[in-house]
Amino acid sequence: MRKSAKSLLALALAGAMVLSTAACGSSSTTSETTEAPAAESAEAGKVLNIWCWNDEFQSRFNDYYPGVKEVAEDKSTTTLEDGTTVKWTINPNENNNYQNKLDEALLGQADAAADDKIDIFLIEADYALKYVNSDYTMNVADLGLTEEDMAGQYQYTKDIVTDDNGAIKGTTWQATPGLFAYRRSIAKDVLGTDDPEKVQEALSDWDKFNDVAEQAHEKGYKMLSGYDDSYRTFSNNVSAPWVEGTTVKVDENIMNWVEQTKEFTDNGYNNKSSLWDDQWAADQGPKGKVFGFFYSTWGINFTLLGNSLETPEDEGGKAEVGNGIFGDYAVCEGPQSYYWGGTWICAATGTDNADLVKDVMYQLTCNADIDKQITLDTQDYTNNMQAMEEIAADPDFGSDFLGGQNHVALFAEAAKKIDMSNAGAYDQGCNEKFQAAFKDYFDGNISIDDAKANFETAIKETYPELTEVVWPD
Amino acid sequence: MRQKNENAHPIFTLFVHLVLIFLAFLCLFFFYILLINSTRNHFDIQKGFSFLPGTSFVSNFKKVMADANIPVLSGIKNSLIVSSASAILATYFSALTAYGLYAYDFKLKKPAFVFIMLILAMPTQVSALGFVRLVDRMHMMNTLWPLFLPSIAAPAVFYFMYSYIQSSLPMELVEAARMDGCGEFMTFNRIVLPIMKPAMAVQAIFSFVGAWNNYFIPALVISDNNKKTLPILIAALRSADFLKFDMGKVYMLITIAIIPIIIVYLLLSRYIVDGVTLGGVKE
Amino acid sequence: MKGSTKRKSVSYAKWGYIFILPFFAAFLIFQMIPLASTIYYSFFEYYRSGLNIIGPNFVGLENYKALLGSDFTKYMGNTLILWIIGFLPQIFFSLLLAAWFTDLRLKIRGKQFFKVVIYMPNLIMASAFSMLFFALFSDNGPVNAFLISAGLIDKPFRFLSTVVGARGLVGLMNFLMWFGNTTILLMAAIMGINPALFEAAELDGCNHTQIFFKITLPNIRPILVYVLITSMIGGLQMFDVPQILTNGKGTPNRTVTTIIMFLNNHLYSKNYGMAGSISVILFIICAVLCIGVYFSLNGDDSKPKKKKKKAARAAKA
Repeated sequence: MRKSAKSLLALALAGAMVLSTAACGSSSTTSETTEAPAAESAEAGKVLNIWCWNDEFQSRFNDYYPGVKEVAEDKSTTTLEDGTTVKWTINPNENNNYQNKLDEALLGQADAAADDKIDIFLIEADYALKYVNSDYTMNVADLGLTEEDMAGQYQYTKDIVTDDNGAIKGTTWQATPGLFAYRRSIAKDVLGTDDPEKVQEALSDWDKFNDVAEQAHEKGYKMLSGYDDSYRTFSNNVSAPWVEGTTVKVDENIMNWVEQTKEFTDNGYNNKSSLWDDQWAADQGPKGKVFGFFYSTWGINFTLLGNSLETPEDEGGKAEVGNGIFGDYAVCEGPQSYYWGGTWICAATGTDNADLVKDVMYQLTCNADIDKQITLDTQDYTNNMQAMEEIAADPDFGSDFLGGQNHVALFAEAAKKIDMSNAGAYDQGCNEKFQAAFKDYFDGNISIDDAKANFETAIKETYPELTEVVWPD
Repeated sequence: MRQKNENAHPIFTLFVHLVLIFLAFLCLFFFYILLINSTRNHFDIQKGFSFLPGTSFVSNFKKVMADANIPVLSGIKNSLIVSSASAILATYFSALTAYGLYAYDFKLKKPAFVFIMLILAMPTQVSALGFVRLVDRMHMMNTLWPLFLPSIAAPAVFYFMYSYIQSSLPMELVEAARMDGCGEFMTFNRIVLPIMKPAMAVQAIFSFVGAWNNYFIPALVISDNNKKTLPILIAALRSADFLKFDMGKVYMLITIAIIPIIIVYLLLSRYIVDGVTLGGVKE
Repeated sequence: MKGSTKRKSVSYAKWGYIFILPFFAAFLIFQMIPLASTIYYSFFEYYRSGLNIIGPNFVGLENYKALLGSDFTKYMGNTLILWIIGFLPQIFFSLLLAAWFTDLRLKIRGKQFFKVVIYMPNLIMASAFSMLFFALFSDNGPVNAFLISAGLIDKPFRFLSTVVGARGLVGLMNFLMWFGNTTILLMAAIMGINPALFEAAELDGCNHTQIFFKITLPNIRPILVYVLITSMIGGLQMFDVPQILTNGKGTPNRTVTTIIMFLNNHLYSKNYGMAGSISVILFIICAVLCIGVYFSLNGDDSKPKKKKKKAARAAKA
């Protein structure tokens, strides 16, 4: 007995010795990691933990939240007037990393120390209900944010974060209504007019849209760039959520997208690109021959504008007529209303800073003055009907990029029509898997039945609880 | 006959050179485009490929360095710590284990060997999430430790070391050292390690590179900005919001991230150039 | 450090245990626990629906049954095909280059440069490499532009939308990333061969090819086995290259979905039950192949070989 204990000890010692010799090679470097900055947070007062996947909200917060006193040089913390330290935890999205970590943190929230508890976390629309439908997210009413406070917000932004019991569990400073941005020159060639109202008339429903696609094709243009361009316009206008119980019910409107896209692809009405690939970006530029793009607020004044220039602004080009096709785009509402993008603020259950969380939500998403300022400064379209309509009514407000058109007026109209009451917890997986499965069909690799089968396989892998997929007749 | 064999046929030699030049071109070509893309503006990159540089090198560089959420220098430091520690731990302990299994006879020798061969076959992707939960329970979340400590058990490195030691280490040398009164550890550190140096250098490169480019586990373990390694920072740039999403910045950071590793590689590559000999028949 | 007389009476066996202890300790701590739970949960229904944890409920072999009822064999086949597409050129060029680099009669200018350069693609992380591949092989990319201007095709070949193209690109990228690594290993092995053997063969009038097959290949067998085993394991566990090149979709028609990508699909919902059973099956396949390859090619002659070496050494002395 004693002997074995002794030899165990010897083994342990040997192990320690080896470790120490091995460590000397890297000791100078590893020692730094052990000195965690533990002491500072305890005495300085409250800590507000905010989790997000990029620095978008961080910059809005730092620039516009009234209580901000000081931003740390490395931006990892923000100090508020009342002494609270806001601690930013930013985990990139790649490989689902943000959700993986957020999930673990929320599940461990009850056991976490007060200063480590998540107070605020941000989510995107496609997976919003995963968090909204859980007890880990607080009802904003319980924080003290009233319906009256949020009365000025667009309804669809509230639909997306309304749980099964009708409680609103998040709020956003952004609205991201989508429009159809078309090339004036191509519209003139195809339709004989570039007037937004007349173009809208020609594109006001999908049948008309498809007719224009044919006309555009005859003139040597493509109607759309790729497969996914119109997807959101269809998927935002479904008659029911993706999943009922444990059954996936593929909506008729989604199948309409399949039909349209297959037709467009086989007839050469599109360029077979995918969102964000280089063909898609090139199609938006001076060499593009594509009639138009479905784009929402952020996309038009930034991505589309940037792609339209011949010489980028950073390389000395000016955002003005003459540089590439600046000024050749205009916007209209298109066949159906939709939105694209957006970030919601949620309060985590167990937060020890409920009042502060409520104030952050109120100031950034319900305060018309702040929202209007954000729009004027950053061109971000904000979630405040009153503020946006003030800009929409301003006769002097217009976008040079869109040939002087007041796009905010159109956005303001479009945003009110969006209906997201059919948003569901499975949207992210269903939309992604559906588009992926049918891409093969559009490419002509497989039959429509194989595409359906592949979707069924993929969706059951993603969500094991789903048992059946029902297709419309 | 000998005369004829002294040198290879010139046409054959030419052919060899052509193949080598082609392969070298393929290998370096990707560095060239990386560099080119780091000089181009986001919108130019988005619109497609170019063989010619743009004029945004300086502005891309400034943008990356000015982004307070992307601490490049601490990223380089953290990556260096993790990668060096991984390389050192993996090579040292694999050599130690290989020597232990080679030089000593003990009851569990064969089972131990088979066991390591078995875990060589273990899919690592699988236990990743389990590993992260373990790290959490050990209170090592958000530290660099769990990123390199597991390298102590690197079965593939061990297997290579074992093959090497088998052919390069005469036991007579060990016995002679023992005669001289060397302790077992001293024998290993003073006699065996120097013999294994070339093999260790090669595996050190491989381990270093593997750790340098690792994203999955580090991204799950690390949350604090000042502890993030370079691949996490690159991923962070790639998940920027649309207003800030900038491929020029992404390529610039990739280029910056590749410089230290090229330097480390070139420093260690003399072992590759001089040639690691496996099998100890030294003249 | 007392007298050496005492130590001599002690068996050295304990040093064997001490030397391998850190390895096993690290393995037990960092890998064994996660691995054990992986195996354990493969017998359970255990996943997340949103943030709700379902299970763990013991289901016996249900996960394994479900797995065999799925397209598991298809993904296994994909994985093998993708591995072979990359491995064949990899081993071919690596053997060729290693033979050339070590051939003293072959005067290669800039040999050091070539030796250093061939490993360099491995320095680029897979995600960055993929971004470059996307740009190069896109519909309006330079490869298509070249093929069109050369008159080989009349409209862009959509690489990632065809089975051949997508699999070919995965293979090409794996080849580029790993052939340098293999060349370095094989070169090391060839340089370890007793030069006397080559001299003797030359005196006997052997040409390059004969020397390669008669002397080089048989003598580098241990390292060839090493390369084969590590590459096979790497190949069976192939993930990042096809995952990133196909945006995680394994398209077209799931022909580029590898086993680990299949497994990864189940990790979205933290389906530890299914993911566990896939891992266990994959582990068994890998282990059988590994041990099989090792003992069939290496194990049976490791003893006589040592003797041969010793004899050679003795002869020299």
